[in-house]
Parts: sequence; C-alpha cells; structure tokens
Amino acid sequence: MELDYSFYQHYWWFIISLLGALLVFMLFVQGGQSLTYTLGKTESQLNMILRSLAKKWELTFTTLVTFGGAFFASFPLFYSTSFGGAYWVWMIILFSFVIQAVSYEYIAKKGNILGKATYQAFLFTNGFIGPILLGTAVSTFFMGAEFSINKDNMTDTLMPVISSWQSSWYGLEAVANPWNVIFGLAVFFLARCMASLYFINNIDDVEIRKNSKKQLLINTIGFLACFLPYLINLMFKDGFTEDPITSIISVEPLKYWNNLMAMPWALVILLLGVVMVLAGILLSLFKSNFIYGIWYAGPGAVLVVLILFLIAGFNNTAYYPSLYDMQSSLTIRNSCSSLFTLRTMSYVSLFIPFVIGYIWYAWRALDNDKIKSSDGPGAHGY
Amino acid sequence: MNQIDASLVDWSRAQFALTAMYHWLFVPLTLGLAVIMSIMETIYYRTGDLKWKRTTKFWMKIFGINFAIGVATGIILEFEFGTNWSNYSWFVGDIFGAPLAIEGIFAFFMEATFIAVMFFGWDRVSKRFHLASTWLVTFGATMSALWILIANAWMQYPIGMQFNPDTVRNEMFDFWAIVLSPIAINKFTHTVLSGWMLGSAFVLGISSWYLIKGREKIFALDSIKIATIIGFVGILLSIYTGDGSAHQVADKQPMKLAAMEGLYDGGHGLGIVVIGALDPNKKFDDGKSPYLFSIEIPKMLSFLAKRDLDAYVPGIRNIIEGGYETAEGEALSVEEKMRLGRLSIAGLADYRKAKKGGDAEAAIIAKAQLDENFKYFGYGYFKSPEDGIPNVALVFYAFRIMIILSGYFMLLFIIVWYFIYKKKYEKMKWLQWICLLSIPLAYITSQSGWVVSEVGRQPWAIQDILPVMAAVSSVNVGSVKATFFIFVALFTILLIAEVSIMVKQIAAGPEDLEEEPLNK
Repeated sequence: MELDYSFYQHYWWFIISLLGALLVFMLFVQGGQSLTYTLGKTESQLNMILRSLAKKWELTFTTLVTFGGAFFASFPLFYSTSFGGAYWVWMIILFSFVIQAVSYEYIAKKGNILGKATYQAFLFTNGFIGPILLGTAVSTFFMGAEFSINKDNMTDTLMPVISSWQSSWYGLEAVANPWNVIFGLAVFFLARCMASLYFINNIDDVEIRKNSKKQLLINTIGFLACFLPYLINLMFKDGFTEDPITSIISVEPLKYWNNLMAMPWALVILLLGVVMVLAGILLSLFKSNFIYGIWYAGPGAVLVVLILFLIAGFNNTAYYPSLYDMQSSLTIRNSCSSLFTLRTMSYVSLFIPFVIGYIWYAWRALDNDKIKSSDGPGAHGY
Repeated sequence: MNQIDASLVDWSRAQFALTAMYHWLFVPLTLGLAVIMSIMETIYYRTGDLKWKRTTKFWMKIFGINFAIGVATGIILEFEFGTNWSNYSWFVGDIFGAPLAIEGIFAFFMEATFIAVMFFGWDRVSKRFHLASTWLVTFGATMSALWILIANAWMQYPIGMQFNPDTVRNEMFDFWAIVLSPIAINKFTHTVLSGWMLGSAFVLGISSWYLIKGREKIFALDSIKIATIIGFVGILLSIYTGDGSAHQVADKQPMKLAAMEGLYDGGHGLGIVVIGALDPNKKFDDGKSPYLFSIEIPKMLSFLAKRDLDAYVPGIRNIIEGGYETAEGEALSVEEKMRLGRLSIAGLADYRKAKKGGDAEAAIIAKAQLDENFKYFGYGYFKSPEDGIPNVALVFYAFRIMIILSGYFMLLFIIVWYFIYKKKYEKMKWLQWICLLSIPLAYITSQSGWVVSEVGRQPWAIQDILPVMAAVSSVNVGSVKATFFIFVALFTILLIAEVSIMVKQIAAGPEDLEEEPLNK
C-alpha cells in the first residue's frame, strides 16, 4: 500500500511530538540539578545525587540534540524560521547546555581551576534556565511568534533570506507573554517533580527520600498552579487553522478544544496521562516505602506532553502561528520535507524501538543496584 | 534589512569557524583514544591481566575529560545551521537534515547510553558487557563522524537532489547516492584515520613523559606499543585516503585545488610545491609569480590531480577567466557563470509569478530557463568574479603544514616502534622528549586539515548552488558579534579548565586497582 504525503507529515509530527515529550520527561535531570542543594545536606548525599544524575544527563542532552536533528530533517522551515529568528532564546538554552556538559566530568576532578562552586553554579543554571526557556519556546507553538516567510525573497540577490523575524528582541520577546512564562514554569516544576520521584527510586537513602517527598509535594503544587490555568486558557484560546484545499490560514475560536473533540482518542490519552502523573505523585507521597512513582508519573508526563504537541500540529492546525503575518504561520503541511525524505526517514525511524530497547537494557543494568552512601566515590570523584 | 550586511556574513562565518575549530580540537582525540582504549580493554578481557585494566582505566579517564568538552562544543554546531544559516536550512534542509537526524538516532544515543556503562559499570555489569559497551562507544563516535561527514561531503559535492521551484528548495531523490558518495567515503576514512593519528600521538607523548620522569614504565611501554601501531596504520591509510580526496578535489572543486597549490596560472605537466612562500601582494590577474620562493617536484601536481604527468591543471586566473578544456567542454568564465546564475534566478522569479498568475505556459518557459542554468544558480549571488576566490594563503600554508607534519608523524611512529621492538626506547630520553613535544604538532596537523577542507571551499555553503552570502540568517550583526565573543570567552575558559584537569590527572598517573578482576 502506497502511503500518501499527508500520512508521512502526520507520522513525522508524531515522532517530533514523541521526542519532545521524552525530552520534557528527561528534563528530570535538570530538575534534579536545581534540587541538588535542597536535597543534599551532607557531602555524601551530594555525591549520591550527583552520581545518580551523572548516569543520565547525557541521555537528556542526546534527546535534545536528536529532537533538533529530527525537526531539521522533517520540518526544515521551522528549523530555519525559529532558530534563525528566535536567536537569543535558543542561544541561551544552548549556552546552558554547554556549561552542563562539562560539569559532571570536571566538578570533582583534581586541577579544577574554576572551583567546584563554579560547576555547581553551572548545573544549577542549566537546571533552572533549561526547563523554563525550553518550556517558553514550546509555548510559542500555541501563543505564536513574530515572523514572516516569503520564499520569493530567494530571487532577490541582495536580500535572499526567506524567513524574517519581526521583533528586534530576536526571541526574547516571548517572555513578555505571561502565558509563555507560565508554561516555562510548569515545565520547570514538572522537571523537579520528576527529579524527586527519580531520586526516591534511584537513591537508597532515608533522608534523601524524605526530603524528595517534601519537594515532590511543593513542586506538585507549583506545577498544578501553572499548568492547570495554562491548559484551561489553551482550551478557550483561538487558534490558527489551515484550509487543506486552499492552504489559507484563518482564526478558529476554541481551536485546541475543537482539536481534542475532533480526536477523542487524544482526549482519552491526555486524561490517562494526567491520571498516571497524579497516581505516581500521590502514591509516592502517601504510600510508605513506595519508590516506583517515576514509572507511573514519567510515562504519564510523556503522554500529556505528547498530546499537547499533537493538538498543536494535527487537525490542520498551525503549530507555529505567526503573530505578524497569519499566512506565514507554519503547519505540518507547509513546513515539512519532501515526500521522499519523509519516507526515507520513516524507514530510519523504525530503528527507534531498537534504540529504546538498548537504552532500557543498559539503564536497568546500571540501576539494578540502588545508589548508596556506602558505594564511595567513583572515577569521577563523587 | 533591504540588503544582507557583508559584515553579518563575515561574523556568521567567524562564529561557525570558531565553534567548529574548537569542536575539532576534541573530536580527533575522542576518535583515536576510543580505539586505543577499546583495544587495551580487549587485551584485558582476553588475558585477565590487571595491568591492562589499569592502563585502560587511565586512558578512559582522559577520554572522559576530553569527551565532555567535545560534547559541549558539538551541540552548538548542529543548532548553528538554524541560528546562523537559516536560509541554508530551508534551501537544503530536505537533504542535509536527514544525516543529522540519523546521527542523533544511531550514533549519539549509542554513545550516551554505553558511555554511562563504560564509566559507571565496572562493578555493576559483567566484563563482557563492559567490553561491549566500550566498543559500542567507539563505534558510536565513529558513526557520528560518518553521518556528519556524509553531510559535509554532500555540501562539497551535491548529488542525489533536484531543485523544486514550488517549494524553493533542493529535494533529495537518491538517498544512497548521498550516503555512498565517493567524496563522503574518502572524507570519512581520512578524517577518522587522522583522529587515530592524533590519538596515538597523544598517547605516545604522554607515555613518553612518564618514561622521562622514570615513572610507570610498564604502563608507558604497553601504551606506546599500541599507540605506535594504531598511529602508523592511521597515518598510512590517511595519506592514501588524502591522496584520493585531493584527486576528487581536482575533479569537483578545482578552485580549492588551485588555492591549495597557490596556483594562479595553470598549465600542463605542473610540479607540486613542497615548500614555498606566497607573495602577499599577488593579484589573481597580474601575471606575476605567486611565489617569493618555491621548491617543486616536477610534474607531480599533474600526476596527483589527474593521474597523468602531463595533464592540464587550471589555476585561479584560468578558473576565473575560463576558456580551458575540461571533460565537459570549454570551461566558462566566472562572469559567464554569474550571468547564467542570474538567468536561473530570474527563471525562478518568473516561474513563481506565472504560477501565481495561473499562466501555465509562461511557467513552463520560466522553469526551462531555471533548470537549464541551475548548475550555476549560486553564481547569481556573486557581486564580482573575485567573490569565487577563497583565502589562498591560508589554504596554501595549511595544506603544506598538514602534509609535512603527516610525513613527520609517520616517521616518528616507525622510529619509536623500531626502538620499542629493540627494547631501547625507555633509555632514549631525547626521543621521548621529541614525542612529548610533538603533541601540539598533532593538533596543528589536524586543524590544518580542517582549514584546507573548509576554507578552501569558500565562498560555497553548497558547491556552485549556494554561496555563504545567500545562506545566512537575517539576524542583526550585533547579536552575532555578541554570541561570537561569548563563545570565545566560554570555550577558552572551558579549554583552560580541561587542560588543567587533564594535566593533573596525567601527573597523578594511573590509579592502583584495589579489586580483583570481575568474575561476573
């Protein structure tokens, strides 16, 4: 059976959504970095937290890079428009990940001329800025950004650039929209909830588990205080819709609510995700010795974020609305790669379950034994 | 912005060059050390001899310090295609994005997953699983190089794609032509093998330092034995693949070859300049000799470029002015290519106008004009024929440095291996000092290779199709300047931090093992 262009556009938006959802879940590493000095009161506890995060940080980092690479391959017009325009938002996110990447390796090594405190600050900065700005950037998928696209510019030999950003703040203007910041904070609190659940599961230390539960409660309140208003606002918000025949983009009231109604399976998965997140959190808070909350809340968070991405792009929705020129808004139809490339990349994507399989296998092999204070410092000095 | 600011292009290029060169400081050592430590762990696995575990763990620690900063500097590069080269990202994203995504899915996840096992798994997984993890890290790093070099090779020799005027971009139609491009295969092998050379030179130099200090004799000699073999194999094969690359450059990128040779006026049976100095006042069309002095091997340039001692090799002036014979007929001048490029661009404009106006007949005529001249599309953005000339001096000297130092390292590996075999090396302090002091030379060799490849192809982002002035983002130049200086400061600080940690770890030496070998 020959699958049509529309199928591959939707398939790749699903893959992007899945990678985005996995990235948000994996931000538990950043959440953990922002909690390190709240949870770790002694040198031994700090070392256990660092050791626990050090095994996972690179997977988060890799998920971010793959998310970017997959977006480039499947929806290059988004890549060129958003990265080339919202320059400062993406650059600040990247700087925060650059300083994270060296920190786990250098923080406790001899000859560390920058001092341990610098790397601690690096990790905290990444833990704070990373989730908030990534959340802010993702929120522009709903709230829009100020750009225009004119492919005819390619024929202007003096000024051939197709995508133009219309704000001189080059992306920083996104924080002027409070809803973007609220979503950024929601991602930040969610990352801290996930981190608390991860520590409860991964570190066999009574005090860390006790403090993690406390942080879980505080950050759950923070998460709900940000996420629920955002979700309610989103459901009542206008969105941009594309006519599949004429490709003309227009405003549709209650667009995202309509998307959920048009895709009831998405509503079911969204609710399932919410229930799983709450189940993981509540069981961890109120059931003594329960350490498996991450295995409920983690997949739950993936499902919730997955559906948010899907309602941003499916059902003829403009997933990157232009506030400057509505017809420049990006949809999965007008911003995607060619049929050949999407199809070829789809064959490649069939290997993703294999990749997830070996990650799972290696993760289990490393995490079979929980981290204990008696383990002592490893090769990294913590 | 009504016109692309030339300084924006320059700053964007400077930023990309800076981040790429920093990244390239760390990648070759990752590639080389990965192979060396994998072989060492394999010997430990097979023999159970703890000295090899100790040796492996030491180099693994050095690998980790280097790998971290390599990862840190690498993430920027992927996203810079979007942040600084947004037009490029759309114009060829349909082709270029795919290798990047595949690199992420196949290589990065493999590295990220198994590096955790490699560092944290010594006491947690079986010996066999640990060894497999180490090799998978090596394989992942090498695969990462493969996909990014496929992408790079495609930029230098674009194939397997066609231009679509409706989407105003190039679209892939033959994935395997891109993956199996002979340019890509040569580039991949040449680059990875040069990484083996650098990694081996590094291990050789550091191990020699231990011998100079009279420390860790067994560890040092064992490390040197592995390093000299890997280094020799690496350099020998990279000379072979380098020759293949130069031959391909002569065919596909004649301007790059001319810059490598400082050749302005071509001819038959040309010699290759072994050592020379360029006249800094040379103009491409003044007819003067480009060299202040030069020592040549007669006929060798013609032979290496075309496999024929008397073959014609065009110089920069010839390429600019055209008129010489090629396999496709008489070469066009750059001015003529600019005219045809503008015709192609005008064809695109007319096509889009006709389509919008519903004039099918005009659209067909315009598309024919676009397609007929698309080969020269990128020349349409040139302001003068001289836009097509790269920085000749930089490429010329970088090429000579790379070649001369490669020969030096081949000789060094052979000599050291000989004296190791004769069991005399540990007493040869002078040679040990040479090996130690040669470490920076290995980095200079490696960076020079990068300069030849990337500066030599300027001004093209995509050869003949998209020059850098049409590939850039429309960000304000102040933002790019600011991030450039942030990168300079941040990467320099991190480099100093890395070197300091590495020096301390080397000074501390390999750690004594407390535990017995694993029996899991």
